[in-house]
Amino acid sequence: MEPARFSLREPEGGFCLADSESVRGLRGWLSRLAPLRQTEEGRSDPGPPADGDRCPVVASKALPKFFSHLETRPAPVLLDLGCVVGPNITYFGDRLNCKVVVEDLFADLERHVRQGERDAFPAFLADRFRLEPESVDGVLVWDLYDFLDRPSARALAAVLVRLMRTDGALFGFFGTGGRSGLGCTKYIVIDDSHVRERARESTLERQGPLQNRDIIKMFDGLRVAEAFLLKTGRREMLFRKRSGGRPII
Amino acid sequence: MWKRIEVPRPPDRSREATGAVPPGPPGVPSVPRVHAPETEAMGHMDKEAFNVGKSVVFKGELSGSEDLVVEGTVEGKVELREHVLTVGSHGKLKAEVFAKIVIVLGEVVGNITASEKVELRESGSVDGDVTAPRVGIAEGAHLRGSVDMQKKPAVAAAPAQAAKPDAKLAPLPAGAPVQGGPRVAGA
Repeated sequence: MEPARFSLREPEGGFCLADSESVRGLRGWLSRLAPLRQTEEGRSDPGPPADGDRCPVVASKALPKFFSHLETRPAPVLLDLGCVVGPNITYFGDRLNCKVVVEDLFADLERHVRQGERDAFPAFLADRFRLEPESVDGVLVWDLYDFLDRPSARALAAVLVRLMRTDGALFGFFGTGGRSGLGCTKYIVIDDSHVRERARESTLERQGPLQNRDIIKMFDGLRVAEAFLLKTGRREMLFRKRSGGRPII
Repeated sequence: MWKRIEVPRPPDRSREATGAVPPGPPGVPSVPRVHAPETEAMGHMDKEAFNVGKSVVFKGELSGSEDLVVEGTVEGKVELREHVLTVGSHGKLKAEVFAKIVIVLGEVVGNITASEKVELRESGSVDGDVTAPRVGIAEGAHLRGSVDMQKKPAVAAAPAQAAKPDAKLAPLPAGAPVQGGPRVAGA
């Protein structure tokens, strides 16, 4: 039998209240005294899911909006530019009824960098996708743009805008320069608003951070639906495609 | 006064993973336990499954009404509508695959359609589109392509979907060269 969820916040010592009614009563009293404690991302903290994984879990404000957009679409097509993650595929397929297209551009970029062909990456991107134009409802770029140089970033943005359907959504993280060094991150969706970050072996290096105006200009044809600057020094941006949106050539 | 609650200990997984067996009483030879993912996969199949051996290369259309294990190379089309297809760790398929259950420990280039489920084990690699109601992808598995878990409520959404342009992938021919470099690593 699944245990009832009634702890306010369960420390490792095992403190918990006896039953859900007591908790509701206590929570009611507490909420009158003071608003719920907010995390640094500005949402109430349900605590990290206790599944034994030690990798950090971060809250997201834009991701729930991205997912709710996909939920409104019949049989949405989701393009994931990260590596294939089993739990994500299950989440997107089961929960959101998505057809998930996995195209690991991190691996492609790493291969180009390793072979000393970084300059050829923008041209490579033009023919990379087997998808038809205007066929994608959602794009997850994760933090790929932190690793792209400007020509590659512009080329990818043009391709993605072309692939997206009108009113389609694009979600991405954009660094502000706080993080550096080698290696990239694998994002594992835990629920609507939390992702687990797991380090992924890689020799990729973060490039200089993109300015907001550069990002917006790059994604010409899309509009910024949501943008959040988190205290972790990361920007979350959710774009939507305008009708008749055209990419920069 | 305070009764200490005994927490049941989980089974020792490390021992299972390595196949190591605790030493038995002296004089009794210990038998190593075989517990590889491959043998687990075999549990899905009847004992009478047909086996395409490592040295076998088959080109053409393969269909049947029994489970099949491929350890060799098969090119063309594999159709086992009511049965389990296992691509063993040495198996290489360049084929369109239709089966009830598909378990991949080896390499598949081509689209996979399963009426029940597709399991991509950690040593498995798929370059193609996967269509099945249930899809399991183990950490370390490779996939390049799409995953469609074809939910039932799509019937209600069908008229709306018909109104908009279909989100089709260009078909990937079996045995086509990989475009875009190495396949991706799974979580």
